[in-house]
Amino acid sequence: MGASPAAGSAAGDSGGPAAALAQLKKVKKQKVLLMGKSGSGKSSMRSIIFSNYLARDTRRLGATIDIDLSHVKFLGNLTLNLWDCGGQEAFMENYLSQQRAHVFSNVGVLIYVFDIESRDVERDLATYVNIISALVQYSREAKVFVLIHKMDLIQPMTREDVFDHRAALVRRKTAEAVAIMHKQKPEQLQAQSQLQPPQVAPSTAGGDLSINLQLFATSIWDQSLYKAWASIIHDLVPNLSVIEAQLASLGLAIDADEILLFERTSFLVVSKWTSREGERNPYGDRFERMSNILKSWKHTCSKYTGTPRNAEQFSDFEYKMGATFSMFATKFTTNTYILVCMPPGEARFNSAKLNVAAARPWFRFLDGPVVPAQSAAGGGMSSSQVLGSTPSGYSGEASVGAPEN
Amino acid sequence: MSSASTEDDDVPADTTGGPSLPRPIRFISPATLNLHRVYEQNRQRLQKKDGSKVPDPTTPQTKGKPRLLLMGQRRSGKSSISSVVFHKLPPSETLFLESTARIQKDSLNSFMEFQVWDFPGQIDIFDNPNFTFDMDAIFGEIGALIWVIDAQDDYLEAVARLNSTILHLYRSYPHINIEVFIHKVDGLSDDYRLDIQRDVTIRIQDELSDQGVENAPVNFHLTSIYNHSIFEAFSKVIQKLIPRLGQLEAMLTNLCRTCRFEKAYLFDVNTKIYIATDNTPEDMASYEICSDYVDVIIDFTEVYGSWPRSQQWRERLEGEPWSQPLEEQVACEWAESGMVLADARRPIMLREVDRFLALVAIMKEGSYDKMPQINMNVDVVVKGLTEFFEITKPKEVVGPAQGLASP
Ligand SMILES: Nc1nc2c(ncn2[C@@H]2O[C@H](COP(=O)(O)OP(=O)(O)OP(=O)(O)O)[C@@H](O)[C@H]2O)c(=O)[nH]1
Ligand SMILES: Nc1nc2c(ncn2[C@@H]2O[C@H](COP(=O)(O)OP(=O)(O)OP(=O)(O)O)[C@@H](O)[C@H]2O)c(=O)[nH]1
Ligand SMILES: [Mg+2]
Ligand SMILES: [Mg+2]
Repeated sequence: MGASPAAGSAAGDSGGPAAALAQLKKVKKQKVLLMGKSGSGKSSMRSIIFSNYLARDTRRLGATIDIDLSHVKFLGNLTLNLWDCGGQEAFMENYLSQQRAHVFSNVGVLIYVFDIESRDVERDLATYVNIISALVQYSREAKVFVLIHKMDLIQPMTREDVFDHRAALVRRKTAEAVAIMHKQKPEQLQAQSQLQPPQVAPSTAGGDLSINLQLFATSIWDQSLYKAWASIIHDLVPNLSVIEAQLASLGLAIDADEILLFERTSFLVVSKWTSREGERNPYGDRFERMSNILKSWKHTCSKYTGTPRNAEQFSDFEYKMGATFSMFATKFTTNTYILVCMPPGEARFNSAKLNVAAARPWFRFLDGPVVPAQSAAGGGMSSSQVLGSTPSGYSGEASVGAPEN
Repeated sequence: MSSASTEDDDVPADTTGGPSLPRPIRFISPATLNLHRVYEQNRQRLQKKDGSKVPDPTTPQTKGKPRLLLMGQRRSGKSSISSVVFHKLPPSETLFLESTARIQKDSLNSFMEFQVWDFPGQIDIFDNPNFTFDMDAIFGEIGALIWVIDAQDDYLEAVARLNSTILHLYRSYPHINIEVFIHKVDGLSDDYRLDIQRDVTIRIQDELSDQGVENAPVNFHLTSIYNHSIFEAFSKVIQKLIPRLGQLEAMLTNLCRTCRFEKAYLFDVNTKIYIATDNTPEDMASYEICSDYVDVIIDFTEVYGSWPRSQQWRERLEGEPWSQPLEEQVACEWAESGMVLADARRPIMLREVDRFLALVAIMKEGSYDKMPQINMNVDVVVKGLTEFFEITKPKEVVGPAQGLASP
């Protein structure tokens, strides 16, 4: 299976002296566990995010038998190894016993799904505690995302309260589980993770200080699913700071108010930049909302054109709302779409489009799974020399090299 | 874009006074904000010219508004339909709707003003021991009676009640369009849907002709709130209420010919009802994609176009090197948008016509290159459309008159 995410240097390295650049392009694998009771909705969300299912299509999914492994190529040099673990009791027991080391070692992220409608909350929590214990034992560094799922089944008025209540419960249980592990096996924990000095078990609440836990209220029937998964993915994408720096200089150069970078298949927002004016936007949920809108638009197109769901569905989009704002979206690199929102004005709009096309080479590293240094003869990777430094001359089509076509 | 309001005055019947329907949070397209100013300007201008022609938005009159009545058995889906189509309630949330206890009246200000009355299924207005309904108040200004039948349930009683309703109405109000929505057809196979439609049609026609009523204006639609069919059915119902519809259709047909469009629709943006299309054959698939495109645009408009920008922002953008007010930096003051689909490079375009209406069209392959010329033609048609609806643009921005530019 994938190498330890903590080590950061996974397989796929062609060896040799790795330049800083090669480091950037290294293939990175992340083991992601998807767990929770049978029927809680794990396979449903996986299918929606990564296989372009519609929410209603998930009704046809059967229970997952044992573990369903999938490798999701994400932005070229990140591969997600997604372990969709069937949640029927017999399987769960098996993960915790026979397969314990196999399942729980080298985990980058655990996504644990609770069905809010579940009748037996106590039992669900007991299972969760066992899973957390196993995780802490084998992958001390793993991040944990708990999704309180199927929130659509709760009356809209009470959703927030119900979530808060359940979240508090989960936090407490998590803290307890971690505390117990610390008491029982301090030596083992130490062996697992050199970086983390063994801590005295926290006796009271706030236990998630010692485990990286985030909770989300989700439903496959609205955009909440995209919010949760964008947060999960955000932490996993390599070179994020580089991407963000590049987006920022592009944004400033073209006078944009907001730039969003979407992963092509999932349409999750992998990176974004917002101007000072753009920060005044009162719609705090706009990123997951954009994902949701564009993804359902993709479905519409696929239905209309009769092309497969995962196929590319649209290439260019523009929208000018009079003297209020303008925006455009376009295919950017092989694995991304870019959406630019900006002030109104024809001239400004046209030059921004040209500049975005011209900036493509700066972002191509997002897609290159190979180390470019040696393959220089082939060309095509000419963009690499600008990495690391801020691009200086976004100016029309000049100087930057031909936009990819 | 329409705005809806619930009126509780002059309700002809309030039998139970039970809890009223919880109103869903209403969605107002923010494009309205932009457009309202223009509309007001124009209204005042018209008022100076001709006081009698002015639409006055502040005092909604009930008189003269076509009325759509939603009737049918309990739980057949009437309130769901009205909430989904007119209040943008997500279909899945109709599960939480309570049974309607009294007539729920919505008034919609759109390209044309009309009312939607949602009846409680539990009340039979023709045979009610407690209350005599004022039939003229209900049916006097009716545009259409929509009878909703739950296709997933036993529908014999519903059909019997519909028959007696038609017989009651036919004598006194022979011109009422009766639109039967065979509803909740999601989850039923295509064959089964058609079987039901055939069965319902026969049961109604047989009964009516037994009673000596021939050629009653009864139409059938297969609908569901979980897809576009309910919007399409409403489109058909409403189109029958538009005066001079043929003229609108001719304009769109003409536009398709000059611009090489495959299909063009004139949408009421807020409800996604299309009020006219060109004369090419009906095509559900094009309606769906155009309607979803309107959704995309509405969402983007809300997120990025519905909040005011700061003064500094404007000053910077209007300063050097542009040195022009933002309004003069744009080519078109109305919303306009286009998207190229990946498969055949078949673009879709949208152009706002006024604060309620938008023109949406699917273009033929390769026409994206001709956009400037297409835009010119679209401008001309849009101008014709606004005149049609007597809402013209403010004078200062109307360009020199031009005919449809020939290719
Ligand atoms: N109402 C509602 N139903 C959901 C949601 N997510 C999933 N479901 C439904 O839950 C059912 C079970 O979903 P699955 O994804 O197969 O469950 P699972 O967790 O993979 O189950 P196992 O594979 O047995 O562990 C399906 O019928 C889904 O349609 C949600 O957010 N809301
Ligand atoms: N499957 C399906 N269910 C629907 C559809 N439309 C409505 N429903 C469901 O039907 C149920 C009853 O809907 P209502 O809209 O309250 O019915 P009503 O006709 O207003 O009922 P009364 O107010 O009692 O007369 C709700 O649970 C809706 O979710 C549809 O198109 N398909
Ligand atoms: Mg499963
Ligand atoms: Mg009702």
